Amino acid sequence: MTLNRRNTVNADFTKEDLAFQDEARSFLDSEFPAEYRAKIDASKRLSKEEIVNWQKILYKKGWAAPSWPVEHGGTGWSQIQKHIFETEMGLIGAPEPVPFGMKMVAPIIMTYGSAEQKARFLPDILESNVWWCQGYSEPNSGSDLASLKTAAVRDGDHFIVNGAKTWNTYGQYADWIFCLVRTDNTVKKQEGISFLLIDMKSPGITLKPIYLIDGQPEVNEVFFDDVRVPADNLIGEENKGWTYAKVLLTHERTNIAGVPRGKRRLRALKRIAGETDDGFGNSMMDNQGFRNKLASIEIELQALEYAELRTLASISTGKAPGPESSILKIVGTELAQRIDKTFVELAGYHCLPYVPEQFEDGFQGTPLGPGNSAAAALTYFNNRKASIYGGSNEIQRNIICKAVLGL
Amino acid sequence: MDFSYSEVQQMLQDSVQKFVQKSYDFTTRSKIIESEDGYSKENWRLFAELGWLAVPFTEEDGGLGGSAVDLIVMMEEFGKANLVEPFVATAVLSGGLISELSNGERKSELLEQLVTGKLQLACAYAEMGSRFNLAKVGTTATVQGDKVLINGKKIAVLNGSNADQLLVVARESGEDIDVDGISIFLVDAASEGLVINSFTNIDGKKSSEIVLENVSVPASSRLGDAGSALSALQKIVDRATVSVSAEAVGAMELLLQKTVEYSKTRKQFGTSIGTFQALQHRMADMFIECQLARSIVVMAAMRLDSAESDLEKTKAVSAAKSRVGEAIRKVGQESIQIHGGIGMTDELDVGHLFKRVTALDIMFGNADYHTERFASL
Repeated sequence: MTLNRRNTVNADFTKEDLAFQDEARSFLDSEFPAEYRAKIDASKRLSKEEIVNWQKILYKKGWAAPSWPVEHGGTGWSQIQKHIFETEMGLIGAPEPVPFGMKMVAPIIMTYGSAEQKARFLPDILESNVWWCQGYSEPNSGSDLASLKTAAVRDGDHFIVNGAKTWNTYGQYADWIFCLVRTDNTVKKQEGISFLLIDMKSPGITLKPIYLIDGQPEVNEVFFDDVRVPADNLIGEENKGWTYAKVLLTHERTNIAGVPRGKRRLRALKRIAGETDDGFGNSMMDNQGFRNKLASIEIELQALEYAELRTLASISTGKAPGPESSILKIVGTELAQRIDKTFVELAGYHCLPYVPEQFEDGFQGTPLGPGNSAAAALTYFNNRKASIYGGSNEIQRNIICKAVLGL
Repeated sequence: MDFSYSEVQQMLQDSVQKFVQKSYDFTTRSKIIESEDGYSKENWRLFAELGWLAVPFTEEDGGLGGSAVDLIVMMEEFGKANLVEPFVATAVLSGGLISELSNGERKSELLEQLVTGKLQLACAYAEMGSRFNLAKVGTTATVQGDKVLINGKKIAVLNGSNADQLLVVARESGEDIDVDGISIFLVDAASEGLVINSFTNIDGKKSSEIVLENVSVPASSRLGDAGSALSALQKIVDRATVSVSAEAVGAMELLLQKTVEYSKTRKQFGTSIGTFQALQHRMADMFIECQLARSIVVMAAMRLDSAESDLEKTKAVSAAKSRVGEAIRKVGQESIQIHGGIGMTDELDVGHLFKRVTALDIMFGNADYHTERFASL
């Protein structure tokens, strides 16, 4: 990938990049625990302990936070190297670090936080000692996030916080939450918002799990009832929170294309199709219609991969990720959902029983169908969220219309 | 040409609608699913009293006429209710097979018990490797004197856990996917050697895997002649396929209605999201999908009631299931998307309707399968 150094278009890695790819591969081969890999291949969720343990393995290698500046513990990798590492992780199903601390709040603290705040919060994020969650969306503020109402009122050296946040992912595991709160009601809605860090153990915080359509309590509502938050936990200036958050939303949209994960799942589709009877004496890999479907997914993955590489090449020359990342979010999530649906089509009757225990540790029974076909429907249901979260795909299309097409 | 419902059909529609309004709200349904049986016996008795269980049968079988159009009128309302009671499993599928294959006193006795609500049935046809091909039967039936020994494993047996009797599809002769050699046996659910492993399906209906190990039944429990049950099975599964297609049409109609309502009340950026043209056009497309699905299901039901050839009937059924499957994908996914986060939650009925239509797409063959079958006929 040296678009700026050669006369012709190419997507080659340099010798150094290839050496790095080898290093990343052998590290992941030896250090990503085999039992985690097996669980992910079987559509099982990793526990909190397993996720933290994996992140600590990355930390020990010094690879926990490739996107951070070196001075805070980042790797100093080029954009291409970061891409290579993410690709290698995705191809074997190794989870990227939970984004809320590492990718979402940390960049804000680094950019807008005080020296004390950096020293207090960043090392624990890097070492995965503290689990962060996000307090943005509210029941009446989804796509129109700036209309949020959770109020923080100054009381001496504290803020008193009242309100409710929703779609809070893994809040049940979290030690801290970063919130957008309203600190001024009298100005334009974007101008009265502040960015506040809140200890989840503070009196007055209650968590209510929200069960999603796959039956899992993956997200929560978080209620704030006269929660006292030290004013020291305010990031940057009061009423500037929206500006900070907008930067963060751009971060949320990078790496969302999910090409390596898509490739891994396409491999799984082919393998399971080979194990699935077509009912006429052959396997589903012998079914031409199904093969065409897989081919069409593979083609779309290639188009997406090169769209991502072109964006990457442009970032590598120093440009900030712009509205192009909206393309990656839209196509990445919609292609992932197409793959979800294809798993359902392949599974047929095998994905109808709702037996969530079979995806938990200690399940002794036999799987209900070939490969992980029994998980197909639940994954399909759960992942409908992908085109809704992180700025819904409608919002992403609006961004393209406004920022790219000038409409 | 006249597509309006007859008086009887309108009465049937009204009576289901009234029942749903009065006795089948979201909370009640959730409680029924959590109950041990997974369906309401009280509701079942009521269905019998109201004559609904007799709808699939001809008058000579003690039914109300047995027209496929009557059936889809009712199934559509069941779809709107997101009903979990085993109507298709007991009345359409199993009852239909008894009506086709059985005769004499046993037939009238069984159907009498069925329409009066005293008999629960399940049909065990699918197997691990059969996918959607009804002729792929690995379960064996071996005659031993006046007994028959049945061995094999069945999956996706709707209502298997509540059935008093199971209709087990088994092979008496031939190999693997031969069309000849398939029989159907009436097997008492309490038979020795029968293990029933039950689940609640993703859409709230009860389903089972059934293992048969040397299950011994009298030879007289065979329905119809030895080895020649496949054509009856195909005919009845076709009826059940049209039934679940109509069920999906009802559920999609409700998804559309709920999505439009929500878009009028949900406010973002100072206005209801239903005022955004990007969403309006997608809801218009959902409406078109619902209309096309409804149209082709009516076509298939009318064809089943007609004097057309079996081939034409089967083609119409596959056309309907294929097109409905396409509509299910579009309407189901858009309903969740336009609702946004709230559509993802278990507490809203929209997600449950989405799960129902997803399951209905799979039942008796998904869109891909029926497109292929249509092309092969």
